[in-house]
Amino acid sequence: MTTTVAATAAVARDTSQVRRRRRLSPGRRLPAARLVGPVLLLALWAAASAAGRLDPAAVPAPWTVVRTGVHLWTAGTLPTDILTSLRRAASGFAIGLAAGVLLALAAGLSRAGEALIDGTVNLNRAIPTLGLIPLFILWLGIGESFKVAIIAIVVYIPIYLNTHAALAGIDHRYVELAEVQGLSRFAFVRQIVIPGALPGFFVGLRLGVTGSWLGLVVLEQINATSGLGYLMFQAQNYGQSDVILVGLVVYGVFGLVSDSAVRLVERRVLSWRRTLSS
Amino acid sequence: MAPHTEQLTRPAVRLRGLTRSFGGRTVLDGIDLDIPAGQFVALLGHSGSGKSTLLRAVAGLDHEVVGSGQLTAPDRVSVVFQDARLLPWRRVLDNVLLGTDGEEKGREALEEVGLKGRERAWPSELSGGEAQRAALARSLVREPELLLADEPFGALDALTRIRMHALLRQLWKRHQPSVLLVTHDVDEAVVLADRVLVLEHGRIGLDLTIERERSREEYRVRLLAALGVTAEVG
Ligand SMILES: Nc1ncnc2c1ncn2[C@@H]1O[C@H](COP(=O)(O)OP(=O)(O)OP(=O)(O)O)[C@@H](O)[C@H]1O
Ligand SMILES: [Mg+2]
Repeated sequence: MTTTVAATAAVARDTSQVRRRRRLSPGRRLPAARLVGPVLLLALWAAASAAGRLDPAAVPAPWTVVRTGVHLWTAGTLPTDILTSLRRAASGFAIGLAAGVLLALAAGLSRAGEALIDGTVNLNRAIPTLGLIPLFILWLGIGESFKVAIIAIVVYIPIYLNTHAALAGIDHRYVELAEVQGLSRFAFVRQIVIPGALPGFFVGLRLGVTGSWLGLVVLEQINATSGLGYLMFQAQNYGQSDVILVGLVVYGVFGLVSDSAVRLVERRVLSWRRTLSS
Repeated sequence: MAPHTEQLTRPAVRLRGLTRSFGGRTVLDGIDLDIPAGQFVALLGHSGSGKSTLLRAVAGLDHEVVGSGQLTAPDRVSVVFQDARLLPWRRVLDNVLLGTDGEEKGREALEEVGLKGRERAWPSELSGGEAQRAALARSLVREPELLLADEPFGALDALTRIRMHALLRQLWKRHQPSVLLVTHDVDEAVVLADRVLVLEHGRIGLDLTIERERSREEYRVRLLAALGVTAEVG
């Protein structure tokens, strides 16, 4: 009698749905989930073009854009334009990254550094960077250096702000722990300050990457004699909307790839984190 | 019977006229205290009586606190906090080794606290009790002459706490550091310590030596009375 009861109870436990709490985190991530939106958009665009619902002069069909792209790649200046743009973005980004991190460390780790740097950067932040373009052209000429300088400024500000905030926000309890464990100042910075500030740094890094592309687009649209933006600017003069779209697609691919790269690095470096996004 | 009787001659901690105040309010009011090497001392007192303040002073953590007095403490001091305070970005073994090296010693310490096999785990994967044991391992690896602990078991459940008591007592016997344990739990104090102090109005109001062969109940009643708990308990 007792055994029967126990057995049915066990079965009941197996089959009946155990009531679980409503899950508040969004759950497991689907593979390649981030591509779903763009792919859907592309399909919509292709369908509308095929149905003749779009004016080909304003919005050419995807296949026209691809054909133009291939043509520009093989017979035109697209490879050199892309290279020029990439070089600009990369040098500006590298300088901005180094400056942002070094300034944040200097401001976050010493009171003197904070007094000198933090106010100055915030002043810089208050001035729209793109508004500095005329001044920089006067100073540096209309060559490459002013473009790189502007991109570097656009990049360093979010990296500085987020890294500095993260440094300032290091849990005081960890500082105490470092004192108790007798860590040297260098070991304290390397083992506690930097790892603790990394999440904030990555937020800044992603904003910086986006910023570098934004700066590039603006600079190349209004002040370029070469590069992707220049290509698009010329196309505007000749009414070649397909060429403009090729340029936009390339910008988009740059943005997506670089952002994914940063995310990938972030996930590996911050693997200890268990947050909503993991 | 207190062990290490032969060592009781040279004090590990010596306080003379230790004073600490916050914003003009005196919290520690001239404390005199000697803790012999190897002695296990528990510090009781009401909430806000200054237990943590005293412990932080001995640990040298009170940089910006106003105060005076003489303080002598050993070179190798370890602190166990109420929270395990493991760095979330370091694996358990690397947390244990924070500020020292010698991987082998770290592994041994983890084995001693029953965390063998968890060396590569992240702190977020440990239970509360496991995290606190890892913190204990971290404090042991440095072979402290003085172990300071501020309500180290305050956040643990009753069962885990009993096991941690046994573990701490056993580790103390093996490594023989002096211990200053802050607690609000009279039973914990009597079970663990050789000597129980009650902090009261900024001074040590009661200094009780616990003799193991006497009944614990007797000490318990006296300590509760000293803490102002007069109702019959038990
Ligand atoms: N940093 C501080 N600034 C101002 N006042 C403080 C500070 N630290 C402690 N105090 C005050 O000193 C008194 C003693 O605090 P302390 O933390 O030592 O008490 P405690 O005995 O450890 O209490 P509990 O059992 O609640 O932990 C309290 O009144 C507290 O408000
Ligand atoms: Mg306290």
